[in-house]
Amino acid sequence: MIADGKKQKKKEQGAQDGWSLRLYIAGETPRSRTAIVNLRQICEQHLAGRYVVDVVDLHKTPRLAQGDQILAVPTLVRRLPPPLKKIIGDLSDVDRVLVGLDLRPGENK
Amino acid sequence: MSNRRVHTLNGIEKCPTGIAGLDQITDGGLPKGRPTLICGTAGCGKTVFGMEFLVRGATLFDEPGVFVAFEESDKELCQNVASMGFDLPALQARKKLFLDYIRLERSEIQETGDYDLEGLFVRLENAISTVGAKRVVLDTIESLFGSFSDTNVLRAELRRLFRWLKSRGVTAVITAESGDAKLTRHGIEEYVADCVILLDHRVQEQMSIRRLRVVKYRGTAHGTSEYPFLIEKHGISVLPLSSLQLDHSAPGQRISAGIPRLDSMLGGKGFYRGSSILLTGAAGTGKSSLAAHFVRAACQRGERALYMASEQSPAEIVRNMRSIGVDLEPWVKRGLLHFHAARPGSSGLEKHLVTIHQATEEFQPQVVVIDPITNFAAVGNFSDVKSMVTRVIDMFKSRQITAMFTSLTRGDSEPELSEIGVSSQMDVWLLLRNLECNGERNRGLFVLKARGIAHSNQIREFALTDQGVQLLDVYIGTAGLLTGSARVAQEARERMEDEERKQQLQRKTAELTAKRRKLEQQMARMKADFVVEEQGVLRDLDEMKSREKQNVLARVEIKESRGSGTLAAHGNGIH
Repeated sequence: MIADGKKQKKKEQGAQDGWSLRLYIAGETPRSRTAIVNLRQICEQHLAGRYVVDVVDLHKTPRLAQGDQILAVPTLVRRLPPPLKKIIGDLSDVDRVLVGLDLRPGENK
Repeated sequence: MSNRRVHTLNGIEKCPTGIAGLDQITDGGLPKGRPTLICGTAGCGKTVFGMEFLVRGATLFDEPGVFVAFEESDKELCQNVASMGFDLPALQARKKLFLDYIRLERSEIQETGDYDLEGLFVRLENAISTVGAKRVVLDTIESLFGSFSDTNVLRAELRRLFRWLKSRGVTAVITAESGDAKLTRHGIEEYVADCVILLDHRVQEQMSIRRLRVVKYRGTAHGTSEYPFLIEKHGISVLPLSSLQLDHSAPGQRISAGIPRLDSMLGGKGFYRGSSILLTGAAGTGKSSLAAHFVRAACQRGERALYMASEQSPAEIVRNMRSIGVDLEPWVKRGLLHFHAARPGSSGLEKHLVTIHQATEEFQPQVVVIDPITNFAAVGNFSDVKSMVTRVIDMFKSRQITAMFTSLTRGDSEPELSEIGVSSQMDVWLLLRNLECNGERNRGLFVLKARGIAHSNQIREFALTDQGVQLLDVYIGTAGLLTGSARVAQEARERMEDEERKQQLQRKTAELTAKRRKLEQQMARMKADFVVEEQGVLRDLDEMKSREKQNVLARVEIKESRGSGTLAAHGNGIH
């Protein structure tokens, strides 16, 4: 499930070794939509059932850019499990996304 | 809000930086509402520059600012500039300053598709609106190139950023590292075209020198030379010529040189106030002594005197001057005389210039002595020293401080060859020369030039006695120029001759009197004789006269007696 706009965390069952991802976007642009779509696909493919994603729109909550040091947009931040990882771009290059998230492909339960 | 706007003819509004000297070079400051690029090598002062721009903006011009740091954390920044008196936490608390540290790590960032740097814009917008900033510093923007590998995106975003900054109406300072062939390593100068300033930090002859140059400034006539600058405890000081035009006023007041006969050599009244005086001489000719007299005279007038010594310590100077009868100690105690001593080798020329400037500002003297100025030639090359002296003279003239510079010349061969070539900028040039004659060395003082003063063209013998400096006439005559013992001998000789002549005159006068007396006696005798003669003659005359009278009487008698017998005479018919 993806929550838009506000900072809402949804917990799913079995989130102990679950992944917490945050996508930073800046407004409704084609790029941010692409990123969201790509993210959904990747998560369903490789992290089914053990992830939580929230989307932060920097135009609505600009101060959040400071906390995670966000410059590029879109930026996807892997917050859990640690360590923190950041990848930028609209997530079209899936291999890079997986490398960046340190996720082995097809890693399903 | 007290925005000080400075309009030039072209209508470019300037944003005064508040950095000492920079606003002068740029004729008002940086271009308002536009980005300025500051480039330079590592450690040349870009960050300090940007920080001072913001701090002065906040404190002097009431313009809040945002400092976006890509390389140092805010804590590090605060610490680094605290030594210059910039209290960043206080400014942050008063919402005059917003420090934003953007941490970039390349290794963390994978690029997985299209992106832009909107996040940066968001952060900047947030920062600017939090404090209402009018000034923004990005230090250093080129760090972005290290973090994002897609340079096309980066360049496009930078272009967008500068446009955005302009539209936001903030005066932005962008720092960048200078490249080998280009101004900046990544060629940012293409986007920041309004004003580019290059900072330079060199080590020249073991001295570190910082220079600043305005490479480009659209729409403004700016000084294009390299200006030395310093980073020291008050921040950055750029050292331009104090007034790029020669428009000093010309005070007409005259002040004494401290030696009465020297004053009389200078048209009778001494130096013009605010003039610059060069005192050259070989070693041991007494330059410092003359300077001490000058300083003492100022203190005696109640004026403040600053003595910048680069060869002797103040205690040595006071002791040495006491030996010629000039006691400077009481003036030091009364606070009218201040010594500042430092060996020139201890720092670079720019530092010395700033030291002189600061000492002058703090002490506010009316009279300054720099003794000697030639020591600075050891620290820089000829043209640098000359340029420094020019700035110093300029600074004094604009404050109407009368300044005396002593200068060491090589020897007697060419005493008019001043080593640092600044004599043309001086108003008065006094030359102390060694005069050798009769196995002695004496000193002579010449007034080589004195602008605006009818000065003596004659040399005076310059003697250091227990009562201070004495200027004596030299003997110039058939024997040539004599000084010292030869002069004394000549004077003695002349005195003797004078004495002789006087005696001769007396003798002659006495002779004349005697002759006159004799003549008078003779005349008296002759007169007496004449009187006797005269009397005799007169007596004879009298006798003759009386006899004559008698004769006449007798004849009349005879005639009368004959008259009674006239018939008889007739009767005799004697016809």
